[in-house]
Amino acid sequence: MMNKQEAIFKYLVRLGDCALIHGHRLSEWCSRGPILEEDLALTNMALDNIGRAQAFLKYAAEVQGNGLSEDDLAYKRDERAFYNNLLTELPIGDFAFTIAKQLLLSVFENIQMQALCKSADATIAGIAAKSHKEVRYHLTHARDWTMRLGKGTLESNTRLQQAFNQLWMYTGELFEMYEEDAILNKQGIAIDLNELKTPYYNTITSILNDSNIKMPVADYMQTGSRKGIHTEYLGHILSEMQYLQRAYPDAKW
Amino acid sequence: MVSIHQHTEEEILEVLSEICDPEIPVVSIQEMGILRDVILQDHSCQVIITPTYTGCPAMGIIEEDIKSAIKNIGIANVEVTTTYNPAWTTDWMSDETKEKLRKFGIAAPLHSGCMNWAQPQSLQVHCPKCNSIHTQLISQFGSTACKALYKCKDCEEPFDYFKCH
Repeated sequence: MMNKQEAIFKYLVRLGDCALIHGHRLSEWCSRGPILEEDLALTNMALDNIGRAQAFLKYAAEVQGNGLSEDDLAYKRDERAFYNNLLTELPIGDFAFTIAKQLLLSVFENIQMQALCKSADATIAGIAAKSHKEVRYHLTHARDWTMRLGKGTLESNTRLQQAFNQLWMYTGELFEMYEEDAILNKQGIAIDLNELKTPYYNTITSILNDSNIKMPVADYMQTGSRKGIHTEYLGHILSEMQYLQRAYPDAKW
Repeated sequence: MVSIHQHTEEEILEVLSEICDPEIPVVSIQEMGILRDVILQDHSCQVIITPTYTGCPAMGIIEEDIKSAIKNIGIANVEVTTTYNPAWTTDWMSDETKEKLRKFGIAAPLHSGCMNWAQPQSLQVHCPKCNSIHTQLISQFGSTACKALYKCKDCEEPFDYFKCH
């Protein structure tokens, strides 16, 4: 059984890892955007995510209290100690795939951060309030592109529909709660993810309906990240992201 | 070495209010609302700042600028702390600050109460160059995290709009 300190640490690392891996994936669009404005938009959102990751991981390091920094947590942990949702680590695919991923993630993050603003932990509430303002912009961006591609050409509609169909099986995990949630929910520090399901599905359904996209279905939902079990993609991200600190430990700018 | 007791928190705030935002050099970190507080202790000085955006790359430079400004007045022990609570908002900018932004070519943020964040196209943003209201949103994401990209349909100039936050 984990104690409260361990529970907060793992909860913060989860929030931090989701933002870190999501941000890293978005940064892969740098210089590859379909148009200049989109290159800027996707990398701006990458930056927001990296900033959020830094805030949560810094607080996680403080809670852990063994002298490590947010950089140590980002660059020196192994794959099995990462707790980001699987959805964040999936490859960026084509632009439609990234937009579908952005919609599924930003609708979730929008209600998640809004709910976390009421956390009994003032630091979590503060980071959430800040992040919520940023995520709203990510959501409108994803929503507008979902409509544009969904109502665009047969080609854009087909690609977007395929992307949602492929990604849907990763959405169940967003609402999974684990040991740390059980401990922290009682103290009002974490949020009950079950309560986010209805607003999440309502928002997604309404946006997809407005975009001529059929609501996807999945025979089963993927799971694993709460236990540190990931898709084959996370290892490749980490080998790229952590290369420098692994090859030259403690190298500084 | 000057004793720390020769300084007051107000004096230090005044020194720090001269530090400019590295991205927008016409306004100070105090006018931007980044500088929150100064706390003097027996042998050290703590400065509290809050980021405009979580990933704002200027925060590192601002922290260094604060440390060197305080060291320059003889206080060696400076700690810069980042707080997220209360969350930074563009509503902290005074009208004077917004006018400085406009003169610099950046359309100033509207009050967050006027913002329907779900419908950004509905915002009435004036062109900072010709003051026309016939402007068009090009992208919600501009040259920095805090700005959106617009163009003026009258003078045809593109310009940055400081997003409501």
